[in-house]
Amino acid sequence: MDSIMNPVQDKTLVVVDAIRKVYPKGSGEDLLVLDNVNLTLGKNEIVSFLGRSGCGKTTLLRILAGLMPATGGEVRIAGRSVVGPSPEVAMVFQSFALFPWLTVLQNVEIGLEAQGVPPAERKRRALAAIDLIGLDGYESAYPKELSGGMRQRVGIARAVVVQPTVLLMDEAFSALDVLTAETLRTDLMDLWIEGRLPISAIAVVTHNIEEAVLLSDRVLVFGSNPGHVAAEIRIELPHPRNRLDPAFRQIVEDLYSTMTERAGGKASQGHFFGTGLAMLLPRVSPNMIAGLLEAVAADPHQGHAGLPELAGDLHMEVDDLFPVAEVLQLLRFAELGDGDIKLTEPGRQFVGFEPDARKKLFAQQLLNYVPLAGHIRRVLDERGTHRAPASRFRDELEDHMSESFAEQTMRTVTSWGRFGEVFAYDEVSGIFSLDNPG
Amino acid sequence: MLASRPDQGRQADVPLGVSGSTGVWPNLYDAVIFVLVVGVFVLVAHGFREMNAPAAQLEAVPVTLDLARLPEYALRTTLRMFAAIICSLIFTFVVATLAARSRKAELVIIPALDILQSVPVLGFLTFTVTFFLQLFPGSVMGAECAAIFAIFTSQAWNMAFSFYQSLRTVPRDLDEVARHYRFSPWLRFWRLDVPFGAPGLIWNTMMSMSGGWFFVVASEAITVGNTTVMLPGIGSWLALAIQARDLQAVLLAIAMMAAVILAYDQLIFRPIVAWADKFRFEQQAADSQPHSWLYDFWRRSRVRPHVIRAVGSVADRISLLPTPLTSPPAKPKFGTPPRTGERVWIALLLVLAAYALWQIVLYTRTTLGLTDLRIALFDGFLTLIRVLVLIALASLVWVPIGVWIGLRPRLATSLQPVAQFLAAFPANVVFPVAVVAIVSLRLDPNIWLSPLMILGTQWYILFNVIAGASAIPTDLRDAAALFRISSWSWWRKVGVPAILPYYVTGALTAAGGSWNASIVAEVVSWGDTHLRAEGLGAYIADATSAGDFPRVVLGIVVMALMVTTCNRILWRPLYRLAENRFRLE
Repeated sequence: MDSIMNPVQDKTLVVVDAIRKVYPKGSGEDLLVLDNVNLTLGKNEIVSFLGRSGCGKTTLLRILAGLMPATGGEVRIAGRSVVGPSPEVAMVFQSFALFPWLTVLQNVEIGLEAQGVPPAERKRRALAAIDLIGLDGYESAYPKELSGGMRQRVGIARAVVVQPTVLLMDEAFSALDVLTAETLRTDLMDLWIEGRLPISAIAVVTHNIEEAVLLSDRVLVFGSNPGHVAAEIRIELPHPRNRLDPAFRQIVEDLYSTMTERAGGKASQGHFFGTGLAMLLPRVSPNMIAGLLEAVAADPHQGHAGLPELAGDLHMEVDDLFPVAEVLQLLRFAELGDGDIKLTEPGRQFVGFEPDARKKLFAQQLLNYVPLAGHIRRVLDERGTHRAPASRFRDELEDHMSESFAEQTMRTVTSWGRFGEVFAYDEVSGIFSLDNPG
Repeated sequence: MLASRPDQGRQADVPLGVSGSTGVWPNLYDAVIFVLVVGVFVLVAHGFREMNAPAAQLEAVPVTLDLARLPEYALRTTLRMFAAIICSLIFTFVVATLAARSRKAELVIIPALDILQSVPVLGFLTFTVTFFLQLFPGSVMGAECAAIFAIFTSQAWNMAFSFYQSLRTVPRDLDEVARHYRFSPWLRFWRLDVPFGAPGLIWNTMMSMSGGWFFVVASEAITVGNTTVMLPGIGSWLALAIQARDLQAVLLAIAMMAAVILAYDQLIFRPIVAWADKFRFEQQAADSQPHSWLYDFWRRSRVRPHVIRAVGSVADRISLLPTPLTSPPAKPKFGTPPRTGERVWIALLLVLAAYALWQIVLYTRTTLGLTDLRIALFDGFLTLIRVLVLIALASLVWVPIGVWIGLRPRLATSLQPVAQFLAAFPANVVFPVAVVAIVSLRLDPNIWLSPLMILGTQWYILFNVIAGASAIPTDLRDAAALFRISSWSWWRKVGVPAILPYYVTGALTAAGGSWNASIVAEVVSWGDTHLRAEGLGAYIADATSAGDFPRVVLGIVVMALMVTTCNRILWRPLYRLAENRFRLE
């Protein structure tokens, strides 16, 4: 690879140049997922793409891997334009993506097999990679016999063995439990620092802020709607990094603030994809809403909590915590800003109320601040029968968003509406009504 | 015979006839393909009439009722089965892969499979016997091919369907791995597509094979017009025994058949199912695994590593060959291909269909009248009533028994293989015994021949219901017991919802099998006593033995239409209801 680049004046390995990605939809407008994304990866650099789900970071990784075409712009790796999967890139998958019917050795060999490497050499190289990643002894095991951490080691060995220039990690640790993920990260970093990985750069997609800070030389914070690079933070702490180090904590705090700013920010509804009826509602159940309200109201916080500590207390990651916090904001139960969450008056009332009163308050906030819920209720009120098919509203949503998002939004609004007893819904017939099942 | 894991089949594939395009009403493709399929029939039939040559007399060694030769006959029958299953597998791999990879091929193949699944297998025989006899004049080969083809037609369509469906549902991440590492088409097929489709395909193949015994028996001794074919095999032995009114020979055939099926169950079915367990797409180890003593033997055997290595090195050599199939894809294909080619393709199909329709009209106008259609429809209606009544009766009997067995795990494990054995046993071998009873008791054939149609197929209902009842989660059972649910509301709240998806699968298979069986069950003989029940099966059987091709075509078309209609207005909606509302997950 080195011969292709100019090693003296350019240490840049990957160039992402004005990438744009549009998902075409059957009806309505196309969905813009990434807009004008520019970034670079240097030699011997680990860069994290940090962001919420739906910010297009995984899409970007797939474009880098050549698994998906960009709608506009260009990706160049080692000077060459990416037009499809290439041997210069190898990806580690969140779901491990191992072939369950192949042994560990066969799984690791598969990339070499596809390259047409002769069997003897294939085996030698695969065994070396297995040794390197700490899998020796498991060569003839099947993935289902391994724990999650061991499976992901297979995933990493499979990627490393083809000696790619760039290693892409797509939420590679997020399917693992906390301890296993930590061990695996540490082992990987040790190999990286000792220079034993045959790789020139690593791109890590993650929604875990601490993970990003632990691993990377640079963190790119992605904003959503459409996805773009919102901020870049360089991390110069020496390895191995210590989570308790004040400098480390400071960076984590900063990143939290950056992300809540993006999320909570100026226009109070702007962080939800779309506005008005077309607002994309996240999968957050009434139980989660009540749970978070209670947690913020509870003792150490007294109605005002920093999101990082809250996440720590609740053992939640950004991706789980933010949507709930944002729903609280949407319903005016809380305010977000500067990495903090603060209960509003209705929020405090909710916590103090009995179940029936809670439902009433919830219903009131729902009708006032969630346009779709208000719309459904209005339609039901206006009709003599007080009944309306869900498909009607789903079709309206599909003018603004993809089918799966419309489905998700309908589910969410149905569950909120049921909780607040704003309307009833019959799953079998797919009909909203004002019936009270009593 | 299988086993231990009937639900495995249900996960990966949908029962025959239920799969396919969604919706009750046939769409344009269905209609077009239907016309094309019928057109091909007419063409073959037409070709036969044009040739006008007396069918070549088979110079085969005559089949005799000599006990010493029975094992050899059994072997010949079994070999035919295997020839057919190999053909079906090749067909499946080629056609299903084609349909999954090419949109144009998919447009034709999928509706065609959908229709072919509903065409009575024994109806094919009429054409294929004559066709293959012409192809290999004066040789046993022609008749052999016809018999093998009959079995093939009973297996290939739903095997291809099952495989196509798994190709379409390959997990996204594994598909990405294959594209990411630039698998050659060959590597992808053997490393991803085939292993992923294997459990569904194998279950389907084994079920089809169970059904196949019926057709191999029926197709060995067949008379089309003035051509009589008698291939050495159990089916011909049986036909001779019937001619000679030799009850002892019939019983010998039954015993031989039982031995063959038992051997097939132990030596083929179970080992393969046990082996295929490793392809199940689950990351967790399952709590219960199918077992087979033969497979355990093999796993412990010393030759195994050598065999595996030998196969592996041959596979390696093949995948290292510099052919387009075994090389990485040159350019990745992004996005959807342009639709203009598709339009041209559809237009071409429409033109072809119009031509075929014209030919059909020309052909049938000269030979068939409206009266014929009326008779065929009336007969079809009679057979339809028989099938529905029989399925209802069999359900009344077997659903409670199946649930009773299924709720007792130990009983279920020992009886499930028996039910599966009975489903594989070709009922037509037992027909003569029933016929002797009907003749000697002077019963009305219109009523008493009917049970023969369901003799072999009722077991599908039984073992599917057993599987459904065994799959009721323990907590659900405990909850029901805890709340002392009365037996009526137990059925309503627990029993029916849990069993319905399984029951529909079983009843659908049983109904399809019964339609097919009607062709041999509505007309039976014992020596020179002939019994006939009025119905579409008898209509087709009579037309076949008279060599009356237009009426065979008409009969088949009517039957295919009725089966398809039943599937669409009864079974598919039921299946969907069961899947959506009562899925226990």
